Amino acid sequence: MKHLNFRIAPVALAVLIACAAATPAQAGPNGIRIGVLTDMSGTYAALAGNGSVVAAQMAIDDFGGKVLGKPITLVSADHQNKPDIGVAKAREWFDTQGVDMVNDLVTSSVAIAVQKLGAEKHRITIVNGAGSTALTNKECSAYGVQYAYDTYSIAKGTATALLKQGLDSWFFLQADYAFGAALQGDAARIVTSLGGKVLGTVKHPFPSSDFSSYLVQAQSSGAKVIGLANAGGDFTNAVKQAREFGIKQTIAGLLVFDSDIKALGLQTAQGMKFTTGYTWELNPETEAFGKRFFARFHAMPTMVHAGVYSSTMHYLEAVKAANTDNPEAVMKKMRDTPVNDFFAKGGRIREDGRFVHDMYLVEVKTPAESKSTWDQLKLLATIPGDQAYQPLAEGQCPLVRK
Amino acid sequence: MSDIPLQAVLSQVMLGLNNGAFYALLSLGLAVIYGMLEVVNFAHGALYMMGAFGALIGLEYLEAWTGIPGLRLTFWWALLLVPLVVGAFGVLVEALLLRRIARLEPIYGLLLTFGLALILEGVFANGFSAAGEPYNGKPEALEGVVNLGFMFFPRYRLFSMLVAVLSCVAVWWVIERTRLGAQLRAGTENPAVTSAFGINVPRLRSLTYFLGAALAGLAGVVAAPIYSVGPHMGAELIIVVFAVVVIGGMGSILGAVMTGLALGVLEGLVKVVYPPMANTVVFVIMALVLLWRPAGLFGREA
Repeated sequence: MKHLNFRIAPVALAVLIACAAATPAQAGPNGIRIGVLTDMSGTYAALAGNGSVVAAQMAIDDFGGKVLGKPITLVSADHQNKPDIGVAKAREWFDTQGVDMVNDLVTSSVAIAVQKLGAEKHRITIVNGAGSTALTNKECSAYGVQYAYDTYSIAKGTATALLKQGLDSWFFLQADYAFGAALQGDAARIVTSLGGKVLGTVKHPFPSSDFSSYLVQAQSSGAKVIGLANAGGDFTNAVKQAREFGIKQTIAGLLVFDSDIKALGLQTAQGMKFTTGYTWELNPETEAFGKRFFARFHAMPTMVHAGVYSSTMHYLEAVKAANTDNPEAVMKKMRDTPVNDFFAKGGRIREDGRFVHDMYLVEVKTPAESKSTWDQLKLLATIPGDQAYQPLAEGQCPLVRK
Repeated sequence: MSDIPLQAVLSQVMLGLNNGAFYALLSLGLAVIYGMLEVVNFAHGALYMMGAFGALIGLEYLEAWTGIPGLRLTFWWALLLVPLVVGAFGVLVEALLLRRIARLEPIYGLLLTFGLALILEGVFANGFSAAGEPYNGKPEALEGVVNLGFMFFPRYRLFSMLVAVLSCVAVWWVIERTRLGAQLRAGTENPAVTSAFGINVPRLRSLTYFLGAALAGLAGVVAAPIYSVGPHMGAELIIVVFAVVVIGGMGSILGAVMTGLALGVLEGLVKVVYPPMANTVVFVIMALVLLWRPAGLFGREA
């Protein structure tokens, strides 16, 4: 049996390989360096991952590749959805590589840890991938921005729409970590505040591949809606298996990305309503970005990819306008200047770091309605930014003076 | 949670048996390879993933790739052919790579197969979405659900359990009850004497790896309609399957099958009683078993 002592060796090896793969280039003096820290191969790789690196590079290229007369460079790394790996990488970037801003930060547990480090080191962190509202509440930072969406906004849009249809009793399947807890908490609060009832919640390990057990528990609860407080591969597997078991209840995906719908196929996903911050099918501007991104990445962008592009652009413009890479000055410029691009109209960064912009309630098309492979969603309603996000007065961010 | 109704327990046992059947099928392949070749096959998850991709490619891509109109592998053909292809790939790996390190410490085989698994995952991640793609080839006849009295159970999942159980019985029968099986066992026990009897031992080793790889491929094809087919589907499962093999006893065929089913059921029950523990319970059991019986429940003490 002594062979089994070596089980640990490959794990160590895997970590080594993952670290070695992300060796960045040499730092140039005073040039702007942007880091994309994301999940390159796990559950969230398709909704963030390499697509975010491509989106950041597109923003840098569109900006002209230079700011304040110095080149802009991009580095990226895989945090494997583990806070310790994410923080170690970010620390290395901040301390030895001169990285000025970190973007993407999918997976809430990683985002919270890295945003905290950013505050300590006075470096800007822009969260596009992670959704936990903790980032702009208890954990808020003067150097942190949460850009594309948060669990409050997506839960609110979707739950409100479903409750209006009379779907007022809910059972939640929740990914057992910071993000799942935030999403379930926000959704449950909204459901009860609108007169609905929460009949139960089951926490599943993150990530999981078999959801049948939890779905059967949800089914026997008798709730009208099964709310999925998870994302990426967890979400798609749960929906697939709900269909497989012939579950008749409404399945409400609380955080859904274009890449998930692609993975499910329209046959399985049709009719599902959810809230998003971006999809390429909204208007000619979103479509133009979608097509440019597709030309580079061979997949349409998710709201994370679009958010990485838009926020990187906003950051670079702030550096240019402030005429310095000093993080305090750049943050001030970013807060003072509204964002007007394909992603947001009149979008603003609040004191708590929340980027407020319009959100969209969408429905998945039927196979008959879809005209092409990526023609998946139709817009039901636009939720104005000031209604979409948690009001500042209800927040718990210590930076906000009340 | 002490008042869980019987109906709920029965449903979870059923779902647990379903997962357990997959564990059994995969750990069986691992046990065969380890028992006969003394190779700790870390590429097993990758072979399983290849099986699922084999089914997907056969259905969705074969026509476009070969340019032959109408060339598609339906589920039934995939079930028959893909394990053979994966098995053949296994033979290549054995003949070209594993054979060269057969005389070295088992750690070399482990590292080699682990590296191979990383390469295979990387290759598939390069060509396909990391999020996985749906396999839409589930046969008509296996659509829908069956009323078992205490729950509605998908017909396809019943079928997958049947395939797993039949494969396990067949493998056990071949190894324990046939002439070929006797030769295989003799070849492991004492290769020199066995070849002195005129038996081609290298060919037997190839055959063994073929069998193990084909079983992983078969499990992959059966899993394709249930889960999304993605490059990392094997990596997620293989850790649990290794724990199953360790608990059952490395190299014990009966041990692998029984432990696979039992742990599936146990995991299912934990999912109701205390879900956050579900992913960990297998490893807790593994630690306890290693303390109590280091060779595993069904293994012989060395």
